Amino acid sequence: MSELWPTIRFTINGKSCAVQAPPMKRLLDVLREDLRLTGTKEGCGEGECGSCSVRLNGELVNSCLVPVLQAEGADLQTVEGLATNGVLHPLQKAFLEQGGAQCGICTPGMLMAAAQLIERNPHPSMAEIREGLAGNLCRCTGFMRIFESVIAAATQRDEAAAEKVADAR
Amino acid sequence: MRGNADAHELIAPGSLAGVLDVLAAAPGEWTPIAGGTELMVAFSAGRLNARKLVNLWGIPELRFIETTPERFIVGACSTFLDLRGHAGVAAELPLMTKSASWIGSIANQSRATLGGNLVNGSPAADSSPALLVYDAEIELISQRGRRRIPYSEFHTGYKRNAMAADELMLAIHLPRRFARHKQYLRKVGTRRAMAVSKVALAGTAWIEDGVVNEIRLAAASLAPFPARLYGAEAAVLRKELTAAVRRQAREALLAEVQPIDDIRSTAEYRKRVAANLLDEFLMELTTESEAR
Amino acid sequence: MLCVNPLSIRGFPGMPTKTTTRIVGAPVPRKEGADKLLGRARYVDDIEREGMWFGATVRSTIPRGLIRSIEFDRSIDWNEFAVVTAADIPGENHIQLIVADQPCLADEQVNHCDEAILLIAHPDKHKVRAAVDAVRIEYDPLPPIFTIEESERQDQVILGADNLLKSFVLEKGDVDAAWKDAAHIVEGEYRTGAQEHLYIENNGVIAEWSAENGVTVWGSLQCPYYVHKTLIKVFDLPDDKVRVVQTETGGAFGGKEDYPSTLASHAALLAMKSGRPVKMVYDRMEDLAATTKRHPSRTRHRTALDKNGKLLAMEIDLATDGGAYSTLSSTVLSRATIHAPGPYVCPNVRVTAKAWATNTVPYGAFRGFGAPQSIFALERHMDEIAAAIGLDPIELRRRNFLHEGDTTATEQLMREPILLDQLLDRALRESDYYARREQFAKENATSLAKRGIGVATFFHGSGFTGSGERILNSLAGVDVMPDGTVRVLVSNTEFGQGTNTVLTQIAAEALGIDYDDIAMAAADTGVVPNSGPTVASRTVMVVGRLIERAGAQLLAMLREHAGLGATYTRDEFFAACERYRAQKGEPLSLVRYEPPPGIYWDDQRYHGEAYPCYAWAVHVAQVAVDTLTYSAEVEEFWSVQEVGRVLNPVLATGQIEGGIAQGIGYALYEKVVLQNGHMANNQMTNYIIPTAEDVPPIHVYFEQIPFSYGGYGAKGIGELPHDGPAPAIVNAIKDATGVSFHSIPLLPEDLFAVFVANQNVEEPAAP
Repeated sequence: MSELWPTIRFTINGKSCAVQAPPMKRLLDVLREDLRLTGTKEGCGEGECGSCSVRLNGELVNSCLVPVLQAEGADLQTVEGLATNGVLHPLQKAFLEQGGAQCGICTPGMLMAAAQLIERNPHPSMAEIREGLAGNLCRCTGFMRIFESVIAAATQRDEAAAEKVADAR
Repeated sequence: MRGNADAHELIAPGSLAGVLDVLAAAPGEWTPIAGGTELMVAFSAGRLNARKLVNLWGIPELRFIETTPERFIVGACSTFLDLRGHAGVAAELPLMTKSASWIGSIANQSRATLGGNLVNGSPAADSSPALLVYDAEIELISQRGRRRIPYSEFHTGYKRNAMAADELMLAIHLPRRFARHKQYLRKVGTRRAMAVSKVALAGTAWIEDGVVNEIRLAAASLAPFPARLYGAEAAVLRKELTAAVRRQAREALLAEVQPIDDIRSTAEYRKRVAANLLDEFLMELTTESEAR
Repeated sequence: MLCVNPLSIRGFPGMPTKTTTRIVGAPVPRKEGADKLLGRARYVDDIEREGMWFGATVRSTIPRGLIRSIEFDRSIDWNEFAVVTAADIPGENHIQLIVADQPCLADEQVNHCDEAILLIAHPDKHKVRAAVDAVRIEYDPLPPIFTIEESERQDQVILGADNLLKSFVLEKGDVDAAWKDAAHIVEGEYRTGAQEHLYIENNGVIAEWSAENGVTVWGSLQCPYYVHKTLIKVFDLPDDKVRVVQTETGGAFGGKEDYPSTLASHAALLAMKSGRPVKMVYDRMEDLAATTKRHPSRTRHRTALDKNGKLLAMEIDLATDGGAYSTLSSTVLSRATIHAPGPYVCPNVRVTAKAWATNTVPYGAFRGFGAPQSIFALERHMDEIAAAIGLDPIELRRRNFLHEGDTTATEQLMREPILLDQLLDRALRESDYYARREQFAKENATSLAKRGIGVATFFHGSGFTGSGERILNSLAGVDVMPDGTVRVLVSNTEFGQGTNTVLTQIAAEALGIDYDDIAMAAADTGVVPNSGPTVASRTVMVVGRLIERAGAQLLAMLREHAGLGATYTRDEFFAACERYRAQKGEPLSLVRYEPPPGIYWDDQRYHGEAYPCYAWAVHVAQVAVDTLTYSAEVEEFWSVQEVGRVLNPVLATGQIEGGIAQGIGYALYEKVVLQNGHMANNQMTNYIIPTAEDVPPIHVYFEQIPFSYGGYGAKGIGELPHDGPAPAIVNAIKDATGVSFHSIPLLPEDLFAVFVANQNVEEPAAP
């Protein structure tokens, strides 16, 4: 069977890659099984919990609902691609400091949703944070520490940007 | 995960013409798949019966929002995020924008398409009540040509529709004549986000001199498919919205809806809440006409 | 919506406050936090073993009956598969909990839907799925029972002589003599529903078997030694031939306390049969349908009060639905019994408690462990009493609070200061309770949304009940590895609550070294001693204390044998460790549990020191009830608690907030719908938990009285916050609508049904 599978190419966390897989295979399973990127989690398999959230061409998607064929040529980002050169992404740092992660199983998806949110909307209101994360179920935190983390990360980004401007002067 | 990817074929012709060829060659054999937010759920649960699927995702001819003087034309594979982000639609047809924001979460809205929502044909479809009260039309396409039908005639039964086996939904046409209408839309689910609607009610109305000159009412989850509430409309049309008329409208609605008990709610609850929502809309109209 | 989190420590004469700690009390980041944030943490489904097969379960489709035949569809080549039935079990076909009555695999008879009958494994996970569907089981059905009432009436006797899983009577004073002196007698009946844990990571394990090494299991679980206890019996193996290793665990809440013993046995049986490592990870539908839930309950209160609103007598009849087997129903019932009279003084109390068998999946451990059920009933009843006797519900509680020197219903003397009055004052102040009540009463007259505010005051006993900790006899410690790593040796597990972080803080503090010098030894029965299960809010209080003592003992060893000075630097500490190693071998310090002095518990009479200490809390909920949609939403929530010393304020606050969110779900969203004993809404789309848009702003405040016998003064914290939200919310709904609700969950349809019964729904009020 596998010799009949098409080769599907995409970029993941900045690296191009190719997999041979049945076209209906879920992107989630390709990430976890074929590419061994196990940071992306499965919580429900029905697009309800958001644990499998990744970014596909700059959009937030539930990778359990994407047949891999539809990722052909796409630019993908997973939790493994958030940190750069071993330096935590501002969201990762904020989650660590503010208690945004407890058991950690929703965390990768939550981080991707939060990254999508603050990239589109650098200063989200509380209502916008709540909406942006509503598709990512967390059973541990009651969300308060997560909201604090997103606010802290957004603020930190501002401060970093302000420093850059100051340096430039 | 109960589905087996090896048991399903998925092809990607890559163009509208290519998809229509596939559908024409073997009408009824191929199931189109767009954002996958319905079909992939069934696949994961091991209950996707379709063995042959043809991909619509990424075909530009199906994903667009065009503005003409008379209408917005929304490509069937436009996502709900596309719809939410369209300023013209938001300004004139805010119920569309609002219903788009109800679809699951951001990660669902980035994939779920307006056409998919309609073809899937859930009685609870979030976008349907708004489309019904905006007099939307559906444009269908096949190798045989194109045709347009009113959306109110699209659903023909529970999960059944007016499409032929070789047809594809091309676009949804939204007339631009409601910007000055009084508009209403409310969805009731168990929680604020990520909720399947237990009742949803939409309305557009035009009041002149305290009289209802024009009214459209539609509901989801009250019948085997989303539908207009013609009885309730008739009860208020060309009348002043007195308490007695409002009561008649309420009774007309209760008489025409056929909700069911299911895992998510009860028929009794759905009926009563729908009637309450209708009353809320009619009260808003009353207040409006009194204010003039 | 920033959560203000001021910490104030109150010192009391004779109490060790130790306010000058370096690491304990600081918001140090989560020990395994970076791994979780980088996606590097390895949960069981992230792990592969060489040559691994996949296992699946064939389950009962009926609630009760005899297995007549099992047929294997011939379209499948069964030679490719490993198939296990009860006949393949080398040892006992029982899960080892309190009473070993639950089979590992059903043999001859099934007693609930989704009971495991047969196991299948194959190298291809899709083929194993198809094989499950190709097994056909014929039954001779027997009539099932599904409710407490059907069980107590003995419509069918499905267990023992009378369906009774366990009963307790707790008695103080003379209840029967008290009624005649009462100025008021108030009765009420209250019910709570089942609740699913809904950890986001489903249950899962990987098992290996070999004739030489026995059984090894890696899995998502809370209690490695519980799983060990079952495996040695199922496989009839000596202790050292079974090894259980916890993998990173994505939430548990009690749902991975007892169930993993079953799942681990299943995977290990398939591993033995196939000769391969076998992974079994449930999908959401299977996890929801087949694993434990919170016990449903029914509580009847009859209460006598004097003319001043002081409690004279409480007669409480408590019943829980235990499901088809005993599992943990007796201990859940025990905690429910002791918490039923609440944090109040009453001279005469009788609690009659019974756990009943039904043909449903066995109910099990869930955060709070019986207390949320009892506290819902009592705190709802307190508001009903207040209304009946015309007293403010706050005042009624205040007049009856326990204080230092009082005795509880088990006649446990309250030896330590109790801050209930202060907690209540602070909760009322922070929530602006009276002003809001007044404002809502005014606005509700003309508003479609009816707002209200409600309170619950409660305690939660920390640690195992009664003699439990003495029986556990926990052993824990620290050691120093040749590479200089100092390890904490416990079998207590991290599943989000912060075990790793707080025990590391305690070890670093006790040893006078840095947080980063300490590592948690793997929760592996082959490595760590049995420091007891990770349940009952015991980890920081009980095990933390052991680590504190083990640290002090290690320092004493280093001083005596390796010349460590009275004061020392970090380098001097590690140098001393090396000298010790050279002379005496591995620096290893293990200590065993020692009960606080003067503890006495009578298990027969349910009398004495039920818990070493109690954590106390006051919850305030503000709700809005929409009269068009009959839905209730929590708009804001305040929680003031005393949990002993707070060892990590960020983690502690997270525990409180998370527990409250789960409690809000318990009250308003989460309903397990059973159809013929099978969970019909076994999908996340249909079992609704609160999302980020549904949890209101939660304000958390701690008062602190360090507990002398807890790790650095800590008491239990994890379960406390789940106890209060449901009654506070339902009390607020009554404040908003004037309608008393006596059961949870209260979904809009449930509110609607009661409003209809009260004829309250004809026409919504015109604005």
